[in-house]
Amino acid sequence: MENNSLIATDATILFAGDSGDGIQLTGDQFTTTTALFGNDVSTFPNYPAEIRAPLGTLAGVSGFQIKFGSEEIYTPGDSCDLLVVMNAAALKANLKQLKPGGMIIANTEGFDPKNLRLAKFPEGVNPLEDGSLDSYKLYTLDVTKMTKATLEGSGLGTKDIDRTKNMFVLGFIYWIYNRTLEHTITFLEQKFAKKPAIVEANIKTLKAGYHYGDTSETFMQRVQVDAAKITPGVYRNINGNPATAIGLIAASQKSGLNLFLGSYPITPASDILHDLSKHKNFGVRTFQAEDEIAAITSAIGAAFGGSLAVTTSSGPGIALKTEAIGLAIMLELPLVIINVQRGGPSTGLPTKTEQADLLQAVYGRNGEAPLPVIAARTPSDCFYAVYEACRIAVEHSTPVFFLSDGYLANGAEPWRFPQAADLPSITATFATAEDAEGGKFLPYKRDEKLARKWAVPGVKGLEHRIGGLEKEHETGNISYDPDNHEFMVKLRAEKVEKIADTIPLQTLDNGPEKGKLLIVGWGSTYGSIKTAVKRALADGYSVAHAHVRYIQPFPKNLGELMKNYDHILVPEMNNGQLVRILRDKYLVPAEGFNKIKGIPFSSEELYSKIITLA
Amino acid sequence: MSTLSPDIAPETFTSKDLVTDQDIRWCPGCGDYSILKQVQTVLPELGLKREEIVFISGIGCSSRFPYYMETYGMHSIHGRATAIASGLKATRPELSVWIITGDGDSMSIGGNHFIHLLRRNFDVNILLFNNEIYGLTKGQYSPTSELGKVTKSTPMGSVDHPFNPLALVMGADGTFVARSMDRDPIHMRTILKRAHAHKGTSLVEIYQNCNVFNDGAFEVFTEKASKAEATMMVENGQPLIFGAQKDKGILLDGFTPRVVSLNDVSANDLWIHDESNRAKANLLVRFFDDATIEGHFPRPFGVFYSEQRFTYEQAFNQQIEDVIASKGAGDLDKLLRGPSVWEVKG
Ligand code: SF4
Repeated sequence: MENNSLIATDATILFAGDSGDGIQLTGDQFTTTTALFGNDVSTFPNYPAEIRAPLGTLAGVSGFQIKFGSEEIYTPGDSCDLLVVMNAAALKANLKQLKPGGMIIANTEGFDPKNLRLAKFPEGVNPLEDGSLDSYKLYTLDVTKMTKATLEGSGLGTKDIDRTKNMFVLGFIYWIYNRTLEHTITFLEQKFAKKPAIVEANIKTLKAGYHYGDTSETFMQRVQVDAAKITPGVYRNINGNPATAIGLIAASQKSGLNLFLGSYPITPASDILHDLSKHKNFGVRTFQAEDEIAAITSAIGAAFGGSLAVTTSSGPGIALKTEAIGLAIMLELPLVIINVQRGGPSTGLPTKTEQADLLQAVYGRNGEAPLPVIAARTPSDCFYAVYEACRIAVEHSTPVFFLSDGYLANGAEPWRFPQAADLPSITATFATAEDAEGGKFLPYKRDEKLARKWAVPGVKGLEHRIGGLEKEHETGNISYDPDNHEFMVKLRAEKVEKIADTIPLQTLDNGPEKGKLLIVGWGSTYGSIKTAVKRALADGYSVAHAHVRYIQPFPKNLGELMKNYDHILVPEMNNGQLVRILRDKYLVPAEGFNKIKGIPFSSEELYSKIITLA
Repeated sequence: MSTLSPDIAPETFTSKDLVTDQDIRWCPGCGDYSILKQVQTVLPELGLKREEIVFISGIGCSSRFPYYMETYGMHSIHGRATAIASGLKATRPELSVWIITGDGDSMSIGGNHFIHLLRRNFDVNILLFNNEIYGLTKGQYSPTSELGKVTKSTPMGSVDHPFNPLALVMGADGTFVARSMDRDPIHMRTILKRAHAHKGTSLVEIYQNCNVFNDGAFEVFTEKASKAEATMMVENGQPLIFGAQKDKGILLDGFTPRVVSLNDVSANDLWIHDESNRAKANLLVRFFDDATIEGHFPRPFGVFYSEQRFTYEQAFNQQIEDVIASKGAGDLDKLLRGPSVWEVKG
């Protein structure tokens, strides 16, 4: 790299344009290339809410943000250093994301009168020309014109030529950050293997974009972000939903249980259904049910039959499943209930993220109906957390809630994936004919974990009936006896509490064991909190961070751990839910810090809050 | 499910083995007792292993049924037995799955799962205990109660047009459609055996008297005095004949059925019942007149329609076998690795 490059420890780019501009593909390509180079990366796509919003409008803007660095990266970035906009609407929708003095690369063709009008700029106003962007470093490119010039004589039609525009931009961005074109060229060759003319055109345009940087003697400051010192190993890129799907398959393989998914399409959980449907060669059985209720009840039927049964949904769908979750609690059958949370209540904000279903997961049922609740913290952690949810469901004969959210589902990060052989075992305990020896089989007899054995149809001598009515202890017969009911309610609760014996103690993610401030987080706020705490520690503040994965039951030491700090701050993307549970359970003066905007915390806003308490 | 002929099937258990130690909680005189008895009588004759039989019910009086059957069973939640059975049968196709449901359970709160089970054609048996009332909640009108029904929740009479359950089943492309009644044990046993033998979803509507909240709802069909005139027992390949003197029949005049006297028309010219004829079955299930109206059609009983169509669980599991045969069983390490990786060197 040339000497005049600016050296940065990290950089954040936001690509934005119409959904037809190939923004997601451009982002994906840059991500893999820069990860291959050795940066740590974190990405987040931003799809328009409408499937086919009109071209050029604000509603149709699609975005892709990537943060990469020579240090560890935990979030896709609060705000960007470089904003790449293909049209006026993309600029309007995303300018607030750009850092003061940041760089803008704008495709001038997207700022013609028609596009300006669609983006609702006042008549005669063009932000590229009126000086309103003077506080930023603005670079305009006529991408369309240059792409056309590049492909002149290629024999391709205007439409095909137009589709390669994003490669010009990508090539130019590669030049700015001095990345090689190799990976993208291989990708193009594979993707369009059957259309050599298209491969050639795309590669030509990609190279043209790169060379444009060199030959135009730019004005532009190149940026150098060196490779990060990350743990050696083999990495892949992973999003939260595929990580969840793979985690379920891994649990199925390791436990030797067939995987059954009962699901009904809902944003942002559907991709788990899609992913699992692709992997039937793992014996995965996916059932797209007629509604959310059938999705979970079919899973309960499969669980009764001995499958590792799962249902996936998001908030409104979970609400519909509520009664059936209660049934699964009474049946004491293994079942994993996945909630990829989105903004609520009701239909709420389907494409936005939120953590507002925690109380629903912990308490949202009729009767005394506790069940374990586990939350993932990063896209790749969805794999481990859902695997753990399966383990608990199977080994403790209980339905388990697994919480993810829209931010984790669609966000991506590099993952040093494990080897199958290194995954912990999951052991199902089935009742056998021996359990019926000496008389009658007792379906609700428990082991030391208070779990009951899994008695599946087909085993002679274990014929028994289960159901939603209150059970008599051990026999499982219907019982309306007052003492038995109280006993059973407490027994079921104790069974869930006992899971704390098998889960790890709460550890600190960062910071001193005693101090002024402890941040207790859960779920997808992990990256922002981690980044903010790291910075505050570097600045000398007394702050620590604990991120809770097991929310019900909590790790046994959580209460003790919290006592070592003057203040406890609980940041959540909701109106204060974990904070209530912590206060209720431990009588600690925990304080909430809440954001309910459908978007994640920035580490900046967390940092600002931390330094007022630490 | 086995299609063994009942005559040659070895009995591995007896009716007595199917009785549980639970006290039966139905009201004395309830039609449910007869149905329980017939099921317990028929099951040992089907060549099944007791441990492979599963009864799944929803909520309602009839849904207590599994507690009285010494087989595997689940008394689930209101309306969902069909969906639970779907998941069980999809993953355990070898089991003999019986769904016990009522008119409220299957057609009100569980209407959606009911129709979807039928269209998917899982190889299960549904016994729909139709008593045209909500019994367990002590007497509100149901979706099959007649118009104008006076109940606790409809003191001025119901204004709901009732469902014709079998027309609904035909509409959902059910592949086995039959009707029987609690007061005709022999008929019921025949139909139960046919239902078991059918590969696909077998729907048996059973008229069941709730002697506490809707006594006599089906009296005209079940009582000796009126039964012969008010009902018609259909048999495959046989002309549609009814009446105490067997002197009336149904003639199909284009698409219009007519009641005729056998004095005027020869039996050979009558509508000959053909279980495989969907169009005719659609007409037959529409024989649903109010039995008190002059000139009404007789209410038919028997197997109205039977069609061979692939079952859901066959196709569902076949896809898995096919993909494993073509791609090989999944390799977890490959899956973990994904489509592209890079190495960070130490
Ligand atoms: S209420 Fe009616 S249906 Fe229910 S048990 Fe009593 S008689 Fe039978």
